[in-house]
Parts: sequence; structure tokens; C-alpha cells
Amino acid sequence: MSAPLLEVKDLTMHFPIRSRGIIPRTVGHIKAVDGVSFTIGAGESLGLVGESGSGKSTTGRLITRLYEPTSGQILFEGHDIAKSSARELKPLRREIQMIFQDPYTSLNPRHTVGEIIGAPLEIHKLVPKEGRLRRVQELLEIVGLNPEHYNRYPHEFSGGQRQRIGIARALTMSPKLLVADEPVSALDVSIQAQIINLLKDLQREMGIAFLFIAHDLAIVRHFCPQVAVMYLGKIVENAPRDELYSNPQHAYTKSLLSAVPDMRQAMVGGRRERIRYVHDVEASAASTAAAIAAKDAAAAKAKTPSKPSA
Amino acid sequence: MLAFIIRRILAGVVMVVVMIFVVFALFFANGNPAINQCGRYCTPEKVEEITGLLGYDKSIPEQFTLFVSGIFVGRDFPVNDEYREALIENGYENRIVHCAAPCLGYSQSDQKTVNQLLIKASGPTLSLAVLSFVIWIFFGILIGVIAAVFKGRWLDKIVVGSTLVVYALPVFVIGTFFLQYVAIKWQLYPYPRFEPLREPADIIPWLTGILLPALTLALFFMAAYVRYTRAFVLESLSEDYIRTARAKGLPERTVLFKHGLRSALTPLVTLAGLDFASLLAGAIITESVFNYQGMGALAVKANNNQDLPVLIGLVIVGATAVIVMNIIVDILYAYIDPRVRIAK
Amino acid sequence: MTRPFLSVENLVVHFPTPDGIVRATDGLSYTLEPGKTLGIVGESGSGKSVSSSAILGLHRGSSAQVSGRIWLDGVDLLSLSDREMQQRRGKDVAMIFQDPLSALHPYYTIGNQVGEAYRVHNDVSKKAARARTIEMLDRVGIPNPQLRVDDYPHQFSGGMRQRAMIAMALINDPELLIADEPTTALDVTVQAQILDLLQDLQREFNTALIMITHDLGVIAEVADDVLVMYAGRAVEYGSTRQLLTAPAMPYTLGLIQSVPDLLSDVNEPLKPIPGNPPSLLDLPSGCAFAPRCTFKHLVPDDLPDTVMPELEEIAPGHLRRCHLQERDLSKLTPVPIGELA
Repeated sequence: MSAPLLEVKDLTMHFPIRSRGIIPRTVGHIKAVDGVSFTIGAGESLGLVGESGSGKSTTGRLITRLYEPTSGQILFEGHDIAKSSARELKPLRREIQMIFQDPYTSLNPRHTVGEIIGAPLEIHKLVPKEGRLRRVQELLEIVGLNPEHYNRYPHEFSGGQRQRIGIARALTMSPKLLVADEPVSALDVSIQAQIINLLKDLQREMGIAFLFIAHDLAIVRHFCPQVAVMYLGKIVENAPRDELYSNPQHAYTKSLLSAVPDMRQAMVGGRRERIRYVHDVEASAASTAAAIAAKDAAAAKAKTPSKPSA
Repeated sequence: MLAFIIRRILAGVVMVVVMIFVVFALFFANGNPAINQCGRYCTPEKVEEITGLLGYDKSIPEQFTLFVSGIFVGRDFPVNDEYREALIENGYENRIVHCAAPCLGYSQSDQKTVNQLLIKASGPTLSLAVLSFVIWIFFGILIGVIAAVFKGRWLDKIVVGSTLVVYALPVFVIGTFFLQYVAIKWQLYPYPRFEPLREPADIIPWLTGILLPALTLALFFMAAYVRYTRAFVLESLSEDYIRTARAKGLPERTVLFKHGLRSALTPLVTLAGLDFASLLAGAIITESVFNYQGMGALAVKANNNQDLPVLIGLVIVGATAVIVMNIIVDILYAYIDPRVRIAK
Repeated sequence: MTRPFLSVENLVVHFPTPDGIVRATDGLSYTLEPGKTLGIVGESGSGKSVSSSAILGLHRGSSAQVSGRIWLDGVDLLSLSDREMQQRRGKDVAMIFQDPLSALHPYYTIGNQVGEAYRVHNDVSKKAARARTIEMLDRVGIPNPQLRVDDYPHQFSGGMRQRAMIAMALINDPELLIADEPTTALDVTVQAQILDLLQDLQREFNTALIMITHDLGVIAEVADDVLVMYAGRAVEYGSTRQLLTAPAMPYTLGLIQSVPDLLSDVNEPLKPIPGNPPSLLDLPSGCAFAPRCTFKHLVPDDLPDTVMPELEEIAPGHLRRCHLQERDLSKLTPVPIGELA
């Protein structure tokens, strides 16, 4: 059996908390990602859901190596890229690409659409100059835009169209893995469905694997056959879609599912039972409190007044 | 907050030390400075005299050590031990200059310690800096706020246009206009002459003497600050919390001053601090036009005479002023913006 | 005939810009009673936020051209002077906004900002205002209110900040509360808590609530009646149940169908609405939705492209603005409820 396309083992990302004494010292860590493991096979999609502070976006950025992890392994096609240098990573950037959330700020307003999509072609020098325009037009068509518009600027397009441009840019090098970080959250509802359909088509036709990061449980369910739920830096549940949604095991997953405002369910039986995850306030408070306690202790040592914060 | 301040001060002290070192090294990069200082009618004897007086024959590290120790405990001139002994033997002991700490050096051309020169020159410079600062901050911010509130209307257009013209005029044009026309030709104002401020009774003559040059500088900076304020206030007024303030039913005046202006203050504080610091080192052109013997004029003279100790002293004072103002600005910033001093 | 508590009549909001006139809202009308919730659904450019800001008079002082009437408890808000409107703002009618981090001033404490809302409309001492502030913060579910009242907005979590905004809006017990996408920027579990809170408070104070959102799930849970807006106009209006089970306008149907939920068939592609929302500078002359309508072919002649349909009542309390004939309405069905559960 061949190795999965992406295998993540015990990935952690700790951000240091510096004390505010006279000499700044590191007094603790924020464990944004705390021992995360999962696999994605070639052409498969894994959904990563969680709320703010769960670490899902940080995980996405670690996979694309925008950050360097504190520890753990990221095995891409069998090779560990967790600690690779920038030079070693360069060819990898063709294989792993990212789609960002905000179509209004993730495109450089001073570059034409053709320059944005064609940039990877220039950087990696795989396609000679003459072929670049053709490839750009090809990509524009694949994402449903007019290929003649390569000379236009981002502000001339709507939000949904800009997101398509972002997707085209990610596809330029025919990547094997796409990390989509909240790809539709910033879009109008009627456009979200267009983009989701587009991504699904692309996946089917080009065999790209996806790490689909989102907080919208309904959209993730529609796109990913396998879903992992993150909470406070850890994966609390990882199951095939149907199982997760109809028979969630972990208490947090249950609470998350019960909180989704569901139109059809509301029509059937009014407000549904809200399951409170009692742990959530306490757990997040606990880890934050631990960090704050460490900070307060250091401050007390330095004899600096420190405000107690809840 | 206290830790923040202490850290800033420590960093500032380190910066001053490094800066003194760098300045010192720069000035001695070109061999024996005595030759430059000597002037046009230079003789080898004169060069030797200057060298002995100021200790230029010693090695650079040794000179630096003498300089630094002079700052802490004071020192004597002439630096050369033989010269000093010769003076004592011949009964000219009173010709030995005892420069008290913090001693920044001795000026051979003026026959005074650098400290004395700086103190004398600080009067006009400080007066000029403080008065023009007060004028330009008060009117600059006021007019800037007005322009922002009336954006697009004719009042705003007049303000924007005139600030452009004023800012484009060189300082000496404004200053000369005040001197030659307002004071001399049209006799609208008494001839500006610096009157030191030693006791409360001196205020009126002091103010009268300093107003025209202060106004010259103030107009120049005011033009810029009107524009800055206008831009920052406009930006602040487009923020979401302004909409919330209005939605609460706050009167427009509260929305503008309590909510709008306070956010515009942080960048203004930074700019004002640095501009004020630069004035503390002397406003060379303005002082020249009005013939005020401040630090700027001192710098020009020292440069013409190649009077190194004075130049070193001026640089140190100027750089220290900038570093101190930076610390003050940082502290003010933390006070205005709670996000800087309180972590999440 | 008694007038409804809140009655918006023919509201028009236009913005003159160098590129032309932006018709943010054209001829909008709706009503609302105390204790009830009206959901306003629309996407960007629908005019939902602009029309609601006009109720608060936030357009005053800008270049906006506003006409029509907004009756609140017998008073036409648009006819009031700026000063009279300012006195009612935050007192009789209040608004909460989408992003509580940017909607609160970062330099002032929560206590200062919430207390400010109380003090501007009530002549009380600072001490009394502080006490009332702590009371409200407690009422909205902020733990340790007497400590947190002196904290700054950046020291609160997103959900807590929104609770503080709600406290600020309700501190003067307004008769009408407008919530503009109050939960869009929040996590789903927090969103549920905030919606519960709003409904509790509404029940307690009998406030009329306008909930502006693009999320039909929120509408389904919270709203009694729904107003669907498109390109600045109302295109459908009725009870929530009516609209979500039997929409009478293709756009409403499109919205319902394009959103996946936890029960839809994952193997079917989603049904988006083709095309993009129109620019408010350059609205089509006929029906604004016509360029994207998949049911256009059912209407005879070229009516949708040339004639703007009027808002008409097709059932008691159910209005719509569409050329589609009544006999074709049955084609506009989302998945029947009976097939679920």
C-alpha cells in the first residue's frame, strides 16, 4: 500500500507568552495546535471544523509551511517537511497550495488578474514566457471566468469572481493538495454554493486532495467525506461524514452540531434542543487561566501590578 | 506600566552611550583635528598648541576615556600634563580651566567650555522651540479638526490650499518677510530681539522678543499638522465605533471630540514628539534670519571654525533630546492606547 | 384605524456619487408590532442595512437623499429635527452591529461606553450610571460584571463583546431594537447563546426586534415574519413559515435552495443562484432579479426584462413582487418538509 499523500503526526505549534517585567521572559506558551494527527490520501478531502481558537487555521498554515511547527511531523508523499528550509520547500510549493478566506484582501490590488495567476509560473520557471498567457487563459476558463479578462484589476470583479481568481492562482502549478481556509465564508450566500460546486468539480476532474477548513458545519458536510473536529488545539473527533453527523461521539461535537441554526429542522419542530458543552467555558478558561497565572506569577516577582482578567 | 517605562529608559541610556561612541569615532576618522581647527593663518606652533590644549596627540581610546570621565567627574584643560605644569610653575594657575561635570569639552576659538556655550545658547533655542510648539499644536489641531468636519466644503478647500502654499514656502522666506516687512518696513511690530526669561516680570519683553521667529517656525509646522490632523480625524471618523457612538444618541460634538479625536491623537503624538525634539537641537535657518544666538547659530559658527568639541557637544545634546522625546512619546502612546499597555 | 407600532412607508434612500446615483433603497414598506420579530434577509447590495440605518436617522449629515415615512409609535421619525432624532436614538430605538470589536472604541472601557449610553439620555450621576451598567452586564450574562466593567474591549472575547453591545443597546429599554447581522462574526456555539439571549430579553421587555441577516437558519429560529430584499426593494414578505415552505418568488426559492443544511443530499451539487447581484448604480429597467431568474421563461412576452413588477398580496399577509403567474407558483417548492425527519 502506498503512503498517503499527506500524513500529519503529533503536530504542535506553541506561541510563547512573554512576561511584561523589566526583562521580558517567556513564561508560558499558547498551545495553538497541540498534538494533531491525521492523514489525507491522494484525491481525498478532509474537513477540519472548529470555532475560533480551535487551531484549525494554524493547522492549515502549518501544512503549507507558512509557519514552522514547534514539533511533530508533516509527511508529504513520505518526506517530512516539518523542519525543511526555505530552499528545500520551494519545489514543494508547486504541490501544496492554499486558498484564502477574504477575496478582498488576498489579491494584490496593483496587479492585474493575469499577473496574479501567472506569478507562480514566473517564479517556478516551468513554462516558457510564450506559454504563460495561454496557461492563464486556460485557468480563467476552468474557474468560470472570461479568459479575455486577464488584463483587468481585482477591483473590477465581484467577491465571488475574486475568489475564483484566487482559486485559479492556486491551480496554476497543478498542485496535489489544496488547503482551503474558509474559502466561502466571506461571500454572499447565493455565491457560496457556486464556489463549492466549482471546487467539487475541480476535485473530481483534477484529482486534487483537499484540506477543507471551515466553521460552517453544513458546508463542510457537503464537501468532505471525512471530517475532523478541532477544539483548543486538539482533534476531538475524526470520522466519516455520515457517522459524525448522525452519531457524534464526543461531547463537543454534539454541542457544536446542536448549535447550528438549521432552517429545515426549525420548520419541523421549532427550536431544537441546545446541548451545552459545559467543558467549553471551563477548558478554555483553564488553559487561558494557566497562561495568565504564569504571567501573573512572573509579574508578581517583578513587583509590577498586573490586572486580574477573567 | 512601570516596567514598561523602566525598560524604555534603560534602552534609552544604552542608545545614548552607543551614540556618543559613534559620534566620537566619526569625528576622529580624519586624523588630527587640530589642523582643521587651526584656521587660515596656521603655523606648526599653533597646531602644537591646540593639540596640547585639547589632547589630540593622545590615542583615540584614551581621548574617549578622558571624554567620558569628563562627563562624570569633570576635567581640566589644557589636557597635556606638561602644559599644565608649566602654567603652574609660572604662576598662571588661574589660566587652567576647571571644567565641572558633566564636561563636554572646551572651545579653543571661544575660550570657554562647551557647557558654558551650550547653556548660553539654550535660552533662545528653548524659547523658540516651546513657544512655536504651543502655537503650532494648538492651531494646527484646531484648524485640522475644523477642516475634517467641513470636508469638501469651501472652508476645507481654503484650508487645504493655503496649507500647501505655506508649506511650500521656505522657512527663510517666511522669516525674512516677518523681519523685513512686518517689523522693519511697515513697522507693525517692534524689531525682534531676544530677551531672556529669568523672572516672571520678564514675560512680556520675552514674549514680544520671541513672537516673530516663533511664528515663523510655527507657521511652517502648522501647515503640516493641519493636514495630518485632518487626515487622521477623517480616518478616525470612518471607523465603526463612530457609527455606534452616533447610534447611541450621543451629540455630534461628543462623537467628534471624545470618540473621533482621541484615536487621531496617537499618530499626532508620535509626530509632534519627534518634531519638537528636532527643534531642541536648534532651528538653524530661523535663528540665522533673526540673528538669535541659539544652538543653531552656535552650530553654524562651530562648523565654520571647525570647532570640534562644540560640534560634538551639540550632536550629543541633540541626539539625547531625540532619545528622551522618543521615550516620552512611547509612554504617552501607552497611556492613550490601552492595547499597548494591557495584554489580552 | 390604529396604525401599527412601527410602519415604514415608501422609504427611499439614494446616494449621489461621482459615478451616478446609488439607489440603495426604493419604495420600501413594512410594519412591526411590539414583542414581534421581523427578519430582513438579503445579500450585499440588497439595501437591508441602509434602510435600517435610516430608521435610526444615521443618514443625517451625510449626502444621502431620503424620502418616505417611518412611523414609530405615532411619530414620523423622518420629520423630526436632528436634535429630536438624536434624543430618541439609543433611547426609543437602538441598534447593534455586526463586528463588536470594531464597533466599540478601543481606548475606552466597556463601563465607560455602556454607561455613556445611559448618561446621555438620563440625568444621573456617574455612580448611578455605573451601577446600572453593572446591572445590565449581569443581565446579559457577563460573569463578574463588577470587575469586567473596567476592562477594555480587547480584553473581552467575541461573544462577551457582543453581549456588552446588547447591554449598551438595551440599557434605556428601547421600544425597537435593530440587530444588524449580530451573530455573523461569531462562532456557532456563541451565536446560539446570543440568539437565545436576544429572545429572552425581547420577551422580558416586549421589544420589537428587527433581525437583519443573510442566514436563513437564524431567520427560521428567531423571526415571526420575514422580509426578503433584493437590489434595494422588498421582493417578498410574509410569515416565516409561509416563506420557507411555500416561497412565492424565485429569489427566495433560490436562497433556500442554495444553502446546504445538515440533511441535504451530499451527492447532489448545490443549487446556487447563477450570476451576480446587480450594481446599485445601474439597475436593470425591468425586474431587478430577471437576469438571474431561472423561471423567466414561464412569463409571457418579455415582461420581466421591461416592466418592474409591483408588490402584491397573493395570500393574507403574504406579499411578493414577481411576474410569475399564480398557477406556476407550485413549481417553486423547496424539498417538502414531509420528506425529512
